[in-house]
Amino acid sequence: METLLEMRSIVKEFPGVKALDGVTLNLYKGEFHSLVGENGAGKSTLMKVLSGVYPSGTFDGEIKVEGKPQQFKTIRDAENAGVAIIFQELSLVKELTIGENIYLGKEPATFGIINWSKLYRQAAKLLQDLNLQLDPRMLVGNLGIGQQQLVEIAKALSHDAKILVLDEPTAALTESEVETLFTILQKLKDRGVGMIYISHKLDEVFRMSDRITVLRDGRTVGTNETKLLNTNKVIAAMVGREVGNIFPVSNHEFGETALEVKHLNTFDIDNPNKKVVDDFSFSVRKGEVLGIAGLMGAGRTETLMSIFGAWSGKNSCEIEIKGKKVVIWTPQEAIKNGIAFVTEDRKRYGLVLDQTILDNLTLAALKQFSSTFTTNRTKETVAANGSMQGLKVKANSALTVVGTLSGGNQQKVVLGKWLLTNPQILFLDEPTRGIDVGAKQEIYAHINRLAKSGLAIVLVSSELPEVLGLSDRILVLHEGKLTGEFLKNDATPEKVMACATGQTEYLSVQTETREPEKVSNTNE
Amino acid sequence: MSESKNTTAIKTSSARAYTMIFALAIIWLYFHWATDSIFLTAGNLSNLALQTSVTGIIAVGMLMVIVSGNIDLSVGSILGFAGGFAAYSLSTSGYGIVTSIMFAIIVGVAIGILHGTLTAYFNIPAFIVTLGGLLAWRGAVKWLLGGNTIPISNDAYKVIGGGFIGSTYGWYLAGSAILFVLIMAFRRAKAVKSYGLGEANYSSELFKSIIPIGAIVVFINVMNSNEGKGVPIPVLILLGVAVFGSFITNSTTFGRYLYAIGGNADAAKLSGINNKRNVLKVYAVLGALTGLAAVISTARLGSASPDAGTLKELDAIAACVIGGASLVGGRGTIFGALIGALIMASLDNGMSLLNVRDYMQDIVKGTILVLAVGADMTGKKT
Repeated sequence: METLLEMRSIVKEFPGVKALDGVTLNLYKGEFHSLVGENGAGKSTLMKVLSGVYPSGTFDGEIKVEGKPQQFKTIRDAENAGVAIIFQELSLVKELTIGENIYLGKEPATFGIINWSKLYRQAAKLLQDLNLQLDPRMLVGNLGIGQQQLVEIAKALSHDAKILVLDEPTAALTESEVETLFTILQKLKDRGVGMIYISHKLDEVFRMSDRITVLRDGRTVGTNETKLLNTNKVIAAMVGREVGNIFPVSNHEFGETALEVKHLNTFDIDNPNKKVVDDFSFSVRKGEVLGIAGLMGAGRTETLMSIFGAWSGKNSCEIEIKGKKVVIWTPQEAIKNGIAFVTEDRKRYGLVLDQTILDNLTLAALKQFSSTFTTNRTKETVAANGSMQGLKVKANSALTVVGTLSGGNQQKVVLGKWLLTNPQILFLDEPTRGIDVGAKQEIYAHINRLAKSGLAIVLVSSELPEVLGLSDRILVLHEGKLTGEFLKNDATPEKVMACATGQTEYLSVQTETREPEKVSNTNE
Repeated sequence: MSESKNTTAIKTSSARAYTMIFALAIIWLYFHWATDSIFLTAGNLSNLALQTSVTGIIAVGMLMVIVSGNIDLSVGSILGFAGGFAAYSLSTSGYGIVTSIMFAIIVGVAIGILHGTLTAYFNIPAFIVTLGGLLAWRGAVKWLLGGNTIPISNDAYKVIGGGFIGSTYGWYLAGSAILFVLIMAFRRAKAVKSYGLGEANYSSELFKSIIPIGAIVVFINVMNSNEGKGVPIPVLILLGVAVFGSFITNSTTFGRYLYAIGGNADAAKLSGINNKRNVLKVYAVLGALTGLAAVISTARLGSASPDAGTLKELDAIAACVIGGASLVGGRGTIFGALIGALIMASLDNGMSLLNVRDYMQDIVKGTILVLAVGADMTGKKT
C-alpha cells in the first residue's frame, strides 16, 4: 500500500505543557484513518501541526507527504502539498456565495479581474462531483450546517487535496446529514484520498475506518487495523492512566432534593433543528456533588446554560427547586431561585477583566450590598475581604485588577462572586481549566467543603479523573442523551468513557440507582 | 504578556485624566502668555466656565453611555429640537417658564427612551440608531421652527443662561460644599471602624479633603473676583450635574452595572444583570441632560435656531475620550469627561482671544483630539 503521509516523533510544547510528546502517525492512499483520544489528548494539536497552523520550527519532528519531507510555514503551504483540514468550527464566510467561498483567495482572475463565469462553472462541477444539488451562487449563510460542511469539503477538493483531515465533522449534524457526509467520504476514499478522521463517536469510527490510532496525554498509544479492535480495547487505551489522589476524601450527607430537572430539550443556536440536549432529566440533592461527564459536544454546558436561563437558542424543560415548580427565563430569575453558575471560560463569561477584585466579587450580589439608591462601598469591602480570605485569593488587596491575577486566583474570584449570592445550588462548568495543580487542589477542597455545608453541586468537567474523584454520583451524556449513571464507587474510567462514546450497556444501572432513597443508603 | 497589558490599561484610565490636568495647565499657561495675560483673568475664566457648561452637561450623560459600550451621535440634534420645543412653547404658544423647561427635558427623555429601546431591544447598533437620530431630529427642529430663529423675550428664562448668583451666595455655596466634603470624609472614616476594617483614621481622611476644599475656595474666589458677579448660573447647573453624575457612576447599582456591561456584556448578563434595561435607562439619562443643556443653550443665546447644537455630539464625545473613556466601553470617569470638556472649551476660548481664524481652530482641535488618544495608545504598547 502506498504511503501518503508520515508524521514522525512530533513534539509540540506550550509554555509549561508538552501537548505532543513524540507522536507518530502514517496514512495510506485511500485510507480512512481515525484518530481518537480523550479531551486534551493532543488530537487537534497534531492536526494543527500537520496543516501549518503551527508553522514548521515551532515543533520538533518530521512530516513527509508522499515520501517528500515538508516544512509548512503557512496553511497555504500545507494546502499546496495537498493537505486540507476541516476544523470543528467552520471557516466559511456566510455573506459570500458557495462559489466565492470555494475559491476564496484563489479566484480565477486575469490582472486582478475575476472571471466569474469560470469560477461558477468550476464550482458547479465540484459540487456535481460530490452529488450535491446546490446552486454555487447561493449564499452560504442560507445553507444548513450539514450542507456548509459539504461546501467545506468541496473547497478542500478545489485544490486537489490528497489528504483530508476532518475534526469532529459530525458534531453539529443531524443523522440524515451524517449519512450524506459518509456517502461522500466513501466516494472520496474510492478516489484515493487519504482521510484522517477525528471523532468522539466510536460507532462512527468503527463503521468507517480502516485503521484507528489512539492518543493519550500527547503520546501515541498505538495504531491498529479496525477489524482487530473492539470498543473496549479502544476505550481502555484512551483512559489507561491512574487517577491521582489529589482529591479530598468525601463523605457527604445528602438531604432533600434541591433541584429536579425534567425533560430538558435544548437546540443548537445555529442549527435549530439539531438537538444538543435530548430529553435529559436529572435531580441533585442537598450536599451532593453530581458530576456530568461527556466528551466535547455532549451537551453538558448547554444543559447548565439552559437551566440557568442563559441559553440563547430554543430550549424547554420543567424545573423544580425543593419540590416547588419554578420558571426560569433569565439569569436574574435563576439567581433569585438560589442557583449560582461558575461558567467555563472565565475570561469570556466570568470576569470583567479591567475591573478590580472587589468589583467582580460583588457584581452578582450587588443589590445585597446596596440600599434603595446607593451602593455601600464599605460593606462591599468587608464582604470582598471575607471571601478573599476564605478562598485564599492571592493578591495585594481587593482593589487589584482581576486581569493581572493568575488563572487560579481568577477562578477563585469567580467562585467567590457566586458564593456571595448565597446559593443553594451551585453549577460548576470546567472549574479548573487552565489552572495549575496547586490551585486545582484548593478548588477541590472548596467544592468538598461547600457540599458538606449543604450546597447541591452540579459539576461539569472534561477531565475524567476530576469528575470521578469529586462526584458522589455521575451522569454521562453522549450527543445530548443520557447514556449512563453511576454511583461513585461503581464508576471506572473505562465504564464512563464507554458511555461517553455512545455505548449504552450501563444505562441499565441507572434504573437501579434512579431512586434517590436507594442511593442515600450508601452514606447514612 | 496579557497580564502586564491589563495593568497598563487600568493605570491609563485614571492616569490619563491626570495627564490631561497637566495638559490643561500647559494650555492655560500658553494662552495666558500668548494673550498678554488676558486668559487667566477672573473675567475670562468665568467666561470659560460658562462656555464649558453646555458641552460639560452633555458630556456627563455621554460618558455614561460610552461606559456602557454604546455611543450617541444625535445629542446635537436633540439639543436643537428640545431647545426649539422649549422656545416654541414659551414664545409662540405662551406657556410658562417651568412648563417650557419641563417640555425640553421631557422631549430629551422621550427621544432617549426611543433610541435606547431601538438599540437595546431591537438590536439595532447604537451608531446607526443615533446616526438616524442625528438626521431626523435636525429635520424635526427645522420643521417645528419653520426654518426661522425664534427669539426669546422672557427675561426670567434668559437668567438661566446669563445670570449670576452673586458673591454672597457664592460663599454660602462654598461653605455648604466644604461642609459636604467634610461630612463625607467623616463618614468614610467612621465606616471603616463600624465595619471592623480597623480604627477610624480621621486625620488622614481630613488630609485627603484638603485638595477639594482648596479647589472650592479658589474657584469661588475667582468667580467672585469677576466684578463681584459670582458663579454663572449655567456653571452652577453644570456643577450640580457633575455631582449627580459622579454619584450615579460611583454609588449606585445602575452605575456599576454600566461599567460591567461595557467591560464584559456576557459576564454581566450571566451575573444576573438586565443589560437591555440598563442600556435603555442610560439613554434616558443622557436625553434628560441634553434637554437641560438645551434650556441653558437657548437661554444663553436668547433664541432657538434650527441649527443650534450642530456638532455638539462630537464635542461631547471628544471630551469623554480625552478624559480617558474607552469607546469600547467599561472605562471612563465623570471627572475625566469634565476635564476633557474644559480642554475643548479652553482651546475655543484661547484661540478666539488670539483671533485665530475659525477654520484653523477646527484643524487644531481635531489634531489635538487625535494626538491625545494617539499618545495614550503608544503608551500602552510599550
